[in-house]
Amino acid sequence: MKEVSHTTDYILEMRNITKEFPGVKALSNVNFSVKRGEIHCLVGENGAGKSTLMKVLSGVYPQGDYSGDIVLNGQVQSYRGIADSEKAGIAIIYQELALVPDMTVYENIYLGHEIKKGRTVDWNETIVQATKMLDKVKLKVNPEIKVKDLGVGKQQLIEIAKAFSKNVNLLILDEPTAALNEDDSANLLMLLKELRNEGITSIMISHKLKEVIAIADTVTVLRDGQTICSLDAAKGEVSEPVLIKNMVGRAIDDIYPKRPKKPLGEKVLELENWNAFDPTVGRTIIKDVNFNVRRGEVIGLSGLMGAGRTELALSIFGNPRDYKITGDLKINGEKIALKTTGQAIKNGIAYVTEDRKGDGLILIDDIKQNITLANLKSLAKNGVIDENEEIKIANQYKESMTIKAPSIEMKTGKLSGGNQQKVSLSKWLFTKPNILILDEPTRGIDVGAKFEIYTIINELIEKGLSIIMISSELPEILGMSDRIYVVAEGRITGELPIEEATQDIIMAMATV
Amino acid sequence: MGFVTELKDLLKKNIREYGMYIALIVIMAIFSVLTDGTFISARNISKLIDATGYIAVLAVGMTLVIVIRHIDLSVGFVAGFLGAVAAILLTSAHLPVIVTIPIILALGVVIGLFNGFLVAKLQIPAFVASLAGMLIFRGGLLQATQKSGTIIIPNASFNAIGNGYIPDIAVIPGFHLVTLLLGALTIVAMFISESKSRRNKLKYNFEVVSAKIFTAKLIFMSLIIAYIAFILSQFNGLSWTTVVVIVVTAIYHFMTTRTVLGRHIYAVGGNPEAAKLSGISVKNITFFVFGSMSMLAALSGILYTSRLQSATTTAGVLFELDAIAAAYVGGVSAAGGVGKVTGSIIGALVMASLTSGMNLMGVDISWQYIIRGIVLILAVVFDVMTRNKKG
Repeated sequence: MKEVSHTTDYILEMRNITKEFPGVKALSNVNFSVKRGEIHCLVGENGAGKSTLMKVLSGVYPQGDYSGDIVLNGQVQSYRGIADSEKAGIAIIYQELALVPDMTVYENIYLGHEIKKGRTVDWNETIVQATKMLDKVKLKVNPEIKVKDLGVGKQQLIEIAKAFSKNVNLLILDEPTAALNEDDSANLLMLLKELRNEGITSIMISHKLKEVIAIADTVTVLRDGQTICSLDAAKGEVSEPVLIKNMVGRAIDDIYPKRPKKPLGEKVLELENWNAFDPTVGRTIIKDVNFNVRRGEVIGLSGLMGAGRTELALSIFGNPRDYKITGDLKINGEKIALKTTGQAIKNGIAYVTEDRKGDGLILIDDIKQNITLANLKSLAKNGVIDENEEIKIANQYKESMTIKAPSIEMKTGKLSGGNQQKVSLSKWLFTKPNILILDEPTRGIDVGAKFEIYTIINELIEKGLSIIMISSELPEILGMSDRIYVVAEGRITGELPIEEATQDIIMAMATV
Repeated sequence: MGFVTELKDLLKKNIREYGMYIALIVIMAIFSVLTDGTFISARNISKLIDATGYIAVLAVGMTLVIVIRHIDLSVGFVAGFLGAVAAILLTSAHLPVIVTIPIILALGVVIGLFNGFLVAKLQIPAFVASLAGMLIFRGGLLQATQKSGTIIIPNASFNAIGNGYIPDIAVIPGFHLVTLLLGALTIVAMFISESKSRRNKLKYNFEVVSAKIFTAKLIFMSLIIAYIAFILSQFNGLSWTTVVVIVVTAIYHFMTTRTVLGRHIYAVGGNPEAAKLSGISVKNITFFVFGSMSMLAALSGILYTSRLQSATTTAGVLFELDAIAAAYVGGVSAAGGVGKVTGSIIGALVMASLTSGMNLMGVDISWQYIIRGIVLILAVVFDVMTRNKKG
């Protein structure tokens, strides 16, 4: 480590950080400076580069994977991995907690850096030290209790206690309150303030602007991989309108093809008092949703990641995650219970998943097999597939969707993101749906392919389909929707006709 | 492109598929040399194929189980237990063969559905569920054979399944005519179906091999079929065991490659989440695959019991491991979604050839286990390496 000029009271300076992924510049000359002893919030839209920046800082992307300097306490750092950044006193607490549920609190706190006496673990000393760490985070629990028996709020505090046990001097929290209820959130924010008074520096990534305003000393806004501004709360620079303007402030260009305005048809899908409880996380994830879709309409479903948009879509689409659902679902005005995805498909609903590679396509199978998978029965006589017919169908979609591949026998794993998305769309259009749910239809695909997808959406609307489009990109929501629902924390927090919608209004509704 | 370059290219691209055929030929060649031709004699090849029968049908079922990312360890003792039940039905209950066999197969389905219930409904890992089944049916086998010890089956038509040969129409000394005719028919059928499929592919502008390679491939395959038919016809002809294996393989091959059900099974293996979101019931597929597995285990039990003409207390020992090994050697991927039933049959022949060849050479049984273990490792290493290779 070489010595550099010890200038100010900055504990951390990240200078001109640039990080590229194949084809995308995730961070471009980002500067990010954190003063000693402050709470510094990092905000920005999904995909703005916040997480990438924190991964650079924590050594997930090692030295050499990015360009620029990380200066900690006046010294240039070079991390080869997470272990190095931990040694330097940087601790990141992610949204998904990294605790072992079946281990006790004290075992978890010292997991990976056990206190030893000779060659064996000194459990007595571990318990004594763990209790001290719990005191630091003001958590009064028996250290011998199992972590799975504690609520998420307390688990979060145990993560922080674990960070303290490693002599942390820079604490980073990634969306710490995303999974917490109001009391636990308030409790956590209070703790951060108390820790600041004791001289601990923290960085908090958050989508919840009200929280940010409540606790931040400084706020840095990232947008499209660049630092937009750093605002000082003491000087009165931080306010909600200012943050929103800086977060979304880009012009909507005309990549959204227009479609002729048509009078809306009848309601094809309605939800009334719709609730969904997810037994695997033990929370109600969809709360009192009332919602409708008309024929020939694009509904934009906006909201931040984790707001419950995908969960809402899945709860409509035959409930494949086995939520416990209450409320009514009506298709064309008739009440109906969709118990399996098969039933949902039969009733004219299709769902194009957000994660094409994870649960959308079968990457080891070819284009043809993927396109026909959800409606194979229509190609079969007595259960035997008519392969000639299958080839015809697949070729038709390849042509109409302009899927770029040498043949329909190409494995989908080898296609580009845009072409994979077109295969995925073809697959669902082949089920002849009336209601098409698109979950982040343009994530990770280039602008040209985006335009093609938008054009396809318009053609489908022209044919009388109804589309529910989930998207984190506000310009896309504003450019394509006829009507917008905003989701936050499992609730519909707003319904806007397109004429009344602006980025600021949506952002305000999404961050309640 | 020249003939040789195209051949090389083809081999390189499809090494996964052709690997086990090459392995089988290499192993057979080595043993033929080492045993001065005894290995390749009509008598030995005929015995080898018959001895593979009860493992081959298990391997077919196991292929599907592994394709949907599960495992079934209970098949060995299910085979042993149901073989003993068959023996009791034939001897103590004096049921005719024609009634006994459907009963045994139905019992197999019931056992399989129970396994499916544990795995699909109760979400118990298949390894544990079938390990429990293994213990239970081993106990069941011991119970069934406790009183009498080995149950001798004096039923000639039942015993013919494991020991008999198909009848001949005319007597030509040293040659089994029907077997030769069947071989010829197979070759003709293969020519017709391959040409049809090639024409179809050309119609849709799909990539096909050049005419030269295509002809060479057909001639090569014809020679192999002709050779096998010739060998078998020199020694009693086609056995009933082989007929059973061919019929089972044909049905499962058709089911996996041509039907909706088959496609759904491979989709569940390739990406269970995507399959579920495509409206496929992963649970029902799991039930079906486990049901079919235990039904084939029942068939395996029938073949084995009939072969020994008796039910023994140790029937079924290590069958499951032989079947699993055959599937892996035959190119079924441990990662799910990949594997052909025909491959598993070849895998079973590879494992049986190893055993037969080493027996002829008088290799000590301890070394036989070690060598078969090493071959299994090589097969899986081959799977992992060809899977990771980007092509």
